[in-house]
Amino acid sequence: MAIYLDHSATTPLRPEAAAAWLEAAATTGNSSSIHSHGQGARRALEDARETIAGTLGVDGIEVLFVSGGTEAINLAIKGLYWARNATAERPVIVTSRGEHHATLDAVEWLSEHEGADVVWLRLTDDGSVDADNLSETLARHDGRVALVTVLAANNEVGTVQPLGPLARATTDAGVPLHLDAVAAYGHVSVDLGAVRASVGAVGPVGPVAVSVSAHKVGGPQGIGALALHRSATVEPLLHGGGQQRRLRSGTQDIASAVAFAAAARVASGDRMTEGARLASMRDRLVHGVLEAVPDATVNGAPLESRDGPTRLPGNAHFSFPGCQGDSVLFLLDMAGISVSTGSACQAGVPEPSHVLLAMGRPEEVARSAVRVTLGHTTTEDDVDAFLRVIPDVIRSARRAGLSERDVAIR
Amino acid sequence: MKVLAAMSGGVDSAVAAARAVDAGHDVVGVHLALSRMPGTLRTGSRGCCTIEDSMDAQRAANLIGIPYYVWDFSERFKLDVVDDFVAEYSAGRTPNPCMRCNEKIKFAALLEKAIDLGFDAVCTGHYARLERSTGGALELHRASDEAKDQSYVLGVLTAEQLAHSMFPLGDTPSKAVVRAEAAARGLSVAAKPDSHDICFIPDGDTRGWLAERVGAENGAILDREGRVIGDHDGAHAFTVGQRRGLRLGVPADDGKPRFVLEVRPKTNEVVVGPKEALAIAQIAGHRFSWAGRPLDEPTHWFDCDVQIRAHADPVPARARVQDGRDGTEFVVVPTEPLDGVAPGQTAVVYLGTRVLGQFTIDRTVSAVPVGAASTAVGS
Repeated sequence: MAIYLDHSATTPLRPEAAAAWLEAAATTGNSSSIHSHGQGARRALEDARETIAGTLGVDGIEVLFVSGGTEAINLAIKGLYWARNATAERPVIVTSRGEHHATLDAVEWLSEHEGADVVWLRLTDDGSVDADNLSETLARHDGRVALVTVLAANNEVGTVQPLGPLARATTDAGVPLHLDAVAAYGHVSVDLGAVRASVGAVGPVGPVAVSVSAHKVGGPQGIGALALHRSATVEPLLHGGGQQRRLRSGTQDIASAVAFAAAARVASGDRMTEGARLASMRDRLVHGVLEAVPDATVNGAPLESRDGPTRLPGNAHFSFPGCQGDSVLFLLDMAGISVSTGSACQAGVPEPSHVLLAMGRPEEVARSAVRVTLGHTTTEDDVDAFLRVIPDVIRSARRAGLSERDVAIR
Repeated sequence: MKVLAAMSGGVDSAVAAARAVDAGHDVVGVHLALSRMPGTLRTGSRGCCTIEDSMDAQRAANLIGIPYYVWDFSERFKLDVVDDFVAEYSAGRTPNPCMRCNEKIKFAALLEKAIDLGFDAVCTGHYARLERSTGGALELHRASDEAKDQSYVLGVLTAEQLAHSMFPLGDTPSKAVVRAEAAARGLSVAAKPDSHDICFIPDGDTRGWLAERVGAENGAILDREGRVIGDHDGAHAFTVGQRRGLRLGVPADDGKPRFVLEVRPKTNEVVVGPKEALAIAQIAGHRFSWAGRPLDEPTHWFDCDVQIRAHADPVPARARVQDGRDGTEFVVVPTEPLDGVAPGQTAVVYLGTRVLGQFTIDRTVSAVPVGAASTAVGS
């Protein structure tokens, strides 16, 4: 009876992935061993690697399996930063304040501990990065930029970043670009090879690294990948047995890699038809909400967009004036529907959406944000159920939301 | 009933929530985030604001099998409790922040939000009992275990707040029973230490904490006759009845120890004198409330007990509501003089085990007056 509309947090494990995981987990062998058991394991692992590589437009050798999106992002950002500063002084990291915390905290760490100079790109009203702003920024810091890192699609408001202009700007400036594609992967094309070819990128410039995570596409939690162009170098975060081109030591999790590949195969095979199915349900959900709550606003790129940024097909992101996002979440949860607000701190305290703040929205708008994300198990019935309860939920949340008033119960 | 169980991460609120479930209620656990910058782990005694407490509360809710959420009251808490605490001390008064939190946060902001979101009651781990009088009115009473009784800090609750409150631990014979029950229920917080200190002062150093916020300036220590007999590093560090930390070089005429009798924040002066001079014959306050049904004729003197601190013994007294200099006030005359009464403290008035009401002390009358018989303190 519980309805799950938080697919961007994690999406249910696909049956294909579960079956692949069980089969691989039942097979003995360390992929680094020389004997036949090891070779069998290696075969399964490299099959998985090639599958993932195929979905990202790179070669198998360019895919590093890691523990998830956070590790991929840390390896790309810190690894590129250190490698780029090994031979020359390039302290500047260019990014935006609307990035995921894996990026924000990694660049802040580099700033505090390694002397990195973080330069923030403007975030436009719809949550995307402006390529002209990027070009100007790169020109202003010419010769001193270690890397650029931005989201391929925003995990909160769902804005899909047009990659071509960013690829062009970074290639022209001769700096490497890392794309955090954790939210984009499986929903929009993230083809590193194609993007590089389209701007004529040669060598370690332009888009060189892409971070993805398995559980966002129906694979298991605990595995992700960094696609790293063969010309680019990163300093490793983990040292040890020298696995994966010495860039990521540690015995590889074959069962998870195989399950990841199984999920990625289904997700990218279905991408166009599933995208259209989700977008149609999402549009119905958004229109239904706007009808029931006329003063609600939709954050991010418009539903229909001819040119400029589009949005992830399963993403609907609202601000409900007069409501606290966490009250809406609570009431929906009591009604059996799971959605999310911005982010919560370590102690579980709901915080205003940093993405909306970065987009220039005032704090009360950022505190009233609710994200509804559809995925491969979502049905029209789920949308109906959501639309049935939302008027009452917003009415109650509004009553509770006026919490700064003088307390009436005395 | 749909019940919101306020869960601090401690053993009492966890067992209270479990008992509410056992009683057949539809229970949801809520942890109140009271600080924007919570500490990571407990250090020393337990506060209310650590990530560990939040995780303990969540774990307890999971084990009890109820939904769990964190609600952010940090802004309200800072305004209504922390800032108020600093302001009261700056004004030379001695506030009780836990009462303020009950009055403004737990049974006000939280209760109100809970009702707006569809709850009928808030359940806490306080040791106090709610009873129906023969006439059907709701009454607040001391807990069965007088050693653990917390009715004092609930004295600020009004009839309407009591109507939406639930204290499942009130009938428990002792805290040991609660701990044993927690262990039997498999709750990992069963052996967690009690909290004693002010939760937003995690290291327990109230003086140092206040000095940072109020600012410490040297000032004079006076005797009752107004003679300067010493100096201090800041009046905020002193409370009425305090003996330690005066560092007076000159002994008293009678050679007996001296105690803080009055703190004057405006002039940054501390007045000291003999222990006898601490004796207070009458206390009064304008800010008062009835815990439930008021007396029919409160302007007539009536017999009661008065308690002026969370862990003080109740003292027999006579009391009434009267027209004071600045309006209607609650006045209490104890049968024996009270020691160490500081303005800003809350006096809770009991009829037997029943909490009748409370007031914030803003006027005291010394039992052994020097000069004026009545001193309006803190003015």
